[in-house]
Amino acid sequence: MCGIAGLIHRGNSSDIGAEMTSMLQSLKHRGPDSTGFALYGNATPDQYVMRFKAAEQEDMNNGFGMQKIIRKRKKQADQRLTELGANIEVVDQATDYSWRYVFRFNGNMRKLADYMEDIDGIEILSIGKALELIKDLGDAETVSSQYSLGGFRGTHAIGHTRMATESDVDIRSAHPYWAYPFSDVSVVHNGQLTNYWTLRREMERRGHRFMSNCDSELIAVFIADRIADNEDLESAMVRSVDELDGVFTYLVATSDQLGMAKDVMAAKPMVLYESDQFVGLASEEVAIRSIFPNEIETWDPYHGEVKVWQA
Amino acid sequence: MASVTHKSHDMGLHTEQLTGRTQQRFFSASEEENYTYPWSFDVDFDNHAEFDAESMSSSEVNRKIRELMQQGFGSITVKNPQAKHSLGVGILNRLKLNFQGSLGYFGCGLNDGPNIHISGRVGWSCAENMMAGTVLIEQNAGSTFGAAMRGGDLVCRGDVGSRTGIDQKGGTIIIGGRSGAFSGFMMQRGRMVICGDAGKNLGDSMYDGTIYVGGEVEDLGVDCVPGEMTDNELKWLINKLGMYDIEPSCGIANMKKFVAGKQLWNYDNLEPAEKKLVL
Repeated sequence: MCGIAGLIHRGNSSDIGAEMTSMLQSLKHRGPDSTGFALYGNATPDQYVMRFKAAEQEDMNNGFGMQKIIRKRKKQADQRLTELGANIEVVDQATDYSWRYVFRFNGNMRKLADYMEDIDGIEILSIGKALELIKDLGDAETVSSQYSLGGFRGTHAIGHTRMATESDVDIRSAHPYWAYPFSDVSVVHNGQLTNYWTLRREMERRGHRFMSNCDSELIAVFIADRIADNEDLESAMVRSVDELDGVFTYLVATSDQLGMAKDVMAAKPMVLYESDQFVGLASEEVAIRSIFPNEIETWDPYHGEVKVWQA
Repeated sequence: MASVTHKSHDMGLHTEQLTGRTQQRFFSASEEENYTYPWSFDVDFDNHAEFDAESMSSSEVNRKIRELMQQGFGSITVKNPQAKHSLGVGILNRLKLNFQGSLGYFGCGLNDGPNIHISGRVGWSCAENMMAGTVLIEQNAGSTFGAAMRGGDLVCRGDVGSRTGIDQKGGTIIIGGRSGAFSGFMMQRGRMVICGDAGKNLGDSMYDGTIYVGGEVEDLGVDCVPGEMTDNELKWLINKLGMYDIEPSCGIANMKKFVAGKQLWNYDNLEPAEKKLVL
């Protein structure tokens, strides 16, 4: 059992950091192991924001030597970015083991991501012009305060509270997943995929990389694969409902869209509120109520349903 | 040739002795406590109380309702339930309970008697295992609406999610709008009235019971078959839907009836293993 939530403000921006924190905190009972946010800020046309980590949180308990290793990894990352022509403009250290970079880059994004992740211990959490993906162990308020997410302004966001069932309690297995190597695409998921290994092998044969053994990562890769084939988001999601086997509800976001898909058994919950200005979705209505205390009309999407909204 | 029944008795298939504390407690006619519920209260419908649940936890809300019933309040209004889970559960006496707002998951479950009105929406598994009373929801409802319900009326004016009335054992479920996939899944008894459209696999693996649909049926589940509407059923539908001021857009007379084909499950027959033993 995990909790997922999404929101989109149509045509204006809001404090989505605080809103998503509130939604995810009210879903804490569905999964206290880790929390993740994919926040979509105001995009800049020629700048990328990259979030990456150089170690797992638990690695920090391995003594002072770990700090030295992380510094070495970061130095290598800086060298490789410069080598590929990235012009780093802002460096923010989010935690002892993760960073937020703002940079300009005109080259091949996949090459850049692969070259970075070739460094032992480095994992890119996200790259995007609008997307900032933050995930760590602990509940929503813990992660939000650790990464100072309150006050983050943007148009839309998705988030996840995880109860680890099929893979470890670590950042690598936490959601959301970035749809590598496509900037600004992220996915959160609640459910189980039963044809994970079959589809994963197929995706690996097509050249996609997997950073974890978490079945949810497959959805991000599947969507990325379809986008690479020039499919639009909605038709990629419709295809996923046919091809992914199991019980699931997932949310996917791009730089200007938010989508949801539900499996054909409708076995995983999702509550939806939609108005002209705002769309809110969550595994439980209590999450939507945490930012909309007044009376609103909500409903359950049906089996096999796919919906996409524009920011 | 000995009858099948005698033969199966002879083979030790019906020699189970029901003993133990459960039998003593619930089947002793001499113990007065077996005729009352331990948490059932005498209440006065004219005695009204209301409170605001906004800053209360689910447990606190339910405890407050119980305290008020204990004090004899028979009409209770709960303001701002804020879609909290498991509210209004385990009420074993008559009560007029009014929720001004929406409930989360597992609301109004395990009840035996209260008349509950919800002005908003309800989440998954509303009125699960309800034994008697009514629950009326003004907006929409989530999945597994009325799961394993045994009695009473469960009414939603809007749309409901999937697996409505899964394992329903009695009572009546009325849906003003559409119902999701697998409605009536493994239904065993009772009636379900869907005024709008029904999702795929309607009545899948149902043992018994009756489903009435006003709109389109996406498809029927295994062993769910069309039935013939009788005059008595038509009268019953007119009266029952009239009680809640609900009417399908097609008109009650044009509603379709679905029942179990009874090819998949049949209690009158012996189980295959049992058949093997006696043949």
